[in-house]
Amino acid sequence: MSSDEPRTAISGSTAPVTDTRDARRGEGVDDRFNSKLREAFGSSPFILTKFDKFMNWARGSSMFLLQFGIACCSIEMMHTFAVKHDSDRFGAGVPRASPRQADVMIVPGTIVSKFTPRMKRVYDQMPEPKFVIGMGSCTISGGPFQEGYNVVKGAEEAIPVDIHVPGCPPRPEALLYGIAKLQERVANGESSPVVVKPYELQQFSEMEQDEVVDQLADEIDEDDLAMRYNWADSP
Amino acid sequence: MSTGEEQSGDDAGEQAIEPTEAKVAELQSLLGDHVLDTEEHLNAPAIVIRPDAVQAVLSTLKEEAGYDHCSCVTAQQYPDRYESIYHLKKYADPTDEVSVVVPTARDDPTSESGAPVYETASWHEREAYDLVGIDYDDHPDLRRILLPDTWQGHPLREDYDQDRPQIVTLRENANPLLEDHRGSEEEGESDTMFLNIGPHHPATHGVLHLETVLDGEQVLDVDPDIGYLHRCEEQMCQQGTYRHQIMPYPDRWDYISAGLLNEWAYARTAEDLADIEVPEYAQVIRTMGAELCRIASHMLAMGTFALDINGDFTATFMWAIRERERAQSVLEELTGQRLMFNYFRLGGVAWDLPSPREDFFELTRDFLDGLPEATREFHDLLTNNEIMQLRTIDTGVIDPETAKDFGCTGPVARASGIDYDLRRDDPYGYYDELEWDVVTEDGCDNYSRLLVRMREVEQSAKIIDQCIDLLEDWPEDEREIQSNVPRTLKPERDTEIYRAVEGAKGELGIYIRADGTDKPGRFKIRSPCFSNLQSLPAMAEGEYIPDLVAALGSLDIVLGEVDR
Repeated sequence: MSSDEPRTAISGSTAPVTDTRDARRGEGVDDRFNSKLREAFGSSPFILTKFDKFMNWARGSSMFLLQFGIACCSIEMMHTFAVKHDSDRFGAGVPRASPRQADVMIVPGTIVSKFTPRMKRVYDQMPEPKFVIGMGSCTISGGPFQEGYNVVKGAEEAIPVDIHVPGCPPRPEALLYGIAKLQERVANGESSPVVVKPYELQQFSEMEQDEVVDQLADEIDEDDLAMRYNWADSP
Repeated sequence: MSTGEEQSGDDAGEQAIEPTEAKVAELQSLLGDHVLDTEEHLNAPAIVIRPDAVQAVLSTLKEEAGYDHCSCVTAQQYPDRYESIYHLKKYADPTDEVSVVVPTARDDPTSESGAPVYETASWHEREAYDLVGIDYDDHPDLRRILLPDTWQGHPLREDYDQDRPQIVTLRENANPLLEDHRGSEEEGESDTMFLNIGPHHPATHGVLHLETVLDGEQVLDVDPDIGYLHRCEEQMCQQGTYRHQIMPYPDRWDYISAGLLNEWAYARTAEDLADIEVPEYAQVIRTMGAELCRIASHMLAMGTFALDINGDFTATFMWAIRERERAQSVLEELTGQRLMFNYFRLGGVAWDLPSPREDFFELTRDFLDGLPEATREFHDLLTNNEIMQLRTIDTGVIDPETAKDFGCTGPVARASGIDYDLRRDDPYGYYDELEWDVVTEDGCDNYSRLLVRMREVEQSAKIIDQCIDLLEDWPEDEREIQSNVPRTLKPERDTEIYRAVEGAKGELGIYIRADGTDKPGRFKIRSPCFSNLQSLPAMAEGEYIPDLVAALGSLDIVLGEVDR
């Protein structure tokens, strides 16, 4: 059939489609076919809603996650994406390899001093609006490695976190619950109640002048950004 | 492989002492005046040498005595000195060990580098420099490896102040080959391109950073930059007590479900150190659990390798995860956890098989019965796949001699034809009572490494099957899961031991020096991935970028274990 001729499926009656669907549904309506979109639209082809409300609903219903493996939790994160748990069922299951295509960053693991600037950079590359799920105890406080000399005491030292999923590691079900909670909040347009400390990314000159700073002051350029971790003052 | 006459792992330490004197005499006659003193470590005799004779002694031991495997280099601080210990072994017989102890002065810890003799010592010495602060003369490239370049101080020294703030810069990386660019007259114009791969990159299996220099599409130089997941595991273990506090950490070294294998490394070392017996019944459970972990681990290795080669979240990945889920559900029944099992105890395991036992056996047998079908599917999808073969056969080649020089172990070594498996060669647990084979391949390439893993899954299934048979028939009144272990363990001061087990990625060893308290004085982890990753430049330089990615995938590194 050439494309310049109208097809009956489009121009003709929609009855065959409806009949097929009804035949498939049979007795007793299967509410899987009553999608949220259908509920929102109702029987009329028009929707009356606020634009931002609609946008929030769309955002919450289609979340692209960043494929971002750090440590142990990333194994459970992979299980969440894969068969059996399949987070795609909830509209949040397509891991994107590039931060520029992602909405949600799951931080799955221990963050150490060398990695923090890189994580911050990845976070900065994500387009707004962006959300962060902290997965596991390490992103809350450093977890079992809290006393380590090299371990940053929680992801919030560097980036804001919307939802914390505790566990070491959290089960995939727990992560799914965290993702669902985040989606719910995004869909409702709620802002994050988490109080986020300012990024500890500072110009070198603004830093407290202690012996380490003095020692490094000559080596580091004026333009060179530095990240500072002050263990003593960390919560 | 069943070799009934060989000694089991638990009494290996005691029996090894008898031929030690003859071995020491032999070493002394070989090395002459270089031997200042001898020590007795629980696993091997140790010879003490001068810091400026390291290369002479190591090359004699390598060339003339046949110690071709430098497992590990441990650095540590004593009140009056620093010490580097080279743990040497033979690939042909890993029970034939010798430790070379190099003491250096406390005010000027400088010793000669062993890197020109054993390639693998290069990274180990960089780590020793980074964490303990020993300088190695004649080292090809002595700089920090785990901590950032700007780090102040050496954290495993006694006087290190952990509360001092540290600064980590965001400086970009520079092209190391920019200086020697060729073929261009103009200043500042180079025909090489510097490419950062990672630390956030889907193909690096975690937070690995590869500093790569390309000429067109060919890799001229690749330098793995590690330390993005350096979680101070050694410090954590040094702060914990032997009895209970250390065991949760091994789960988190190699976190790809290899928890029980890692726990076994610690259990074996500490049991030999404190002279603890393990009941046979517990050894059978351990063997079964460990092999389940190996299957889960190899499944993920296969799945992610397919992901690297074939593209996005494809069928192979999903199917591999499906098999993993089944293995994990068995492990969860056994241990109560999906990933971080914390199931082994010194002297046994935490609890008996779940009750009703028949259900557990049925669950495990169901899993084993499904494996041949799954393996067939994987062969259809992967090994018989023409695209896969094009990408993996004859790429990432590493010949056996180079692999030995880099200290490669596990599937990486076995795919290069090195017949080395600690489960058979240095038996522990129940392995020497069971019927199984060590898998080797001669291809030395990415394809062989994949094949070795797939065939090892079959062998592991065979081991589990035999363990289930044994457990089913085990008399009810002899099900002793733990021996009687004192509540507080205080091994004798200055007892030293290095013990290794066959982890999922290779030889996972632990060195412990007891200091008379209930915590280790020094706890050093010999990670198989650390050594295996070191061989990546040998595999990838001169190849194309996709082959670099394939080689990295076939190494199956896990960054938790590389960086520790």
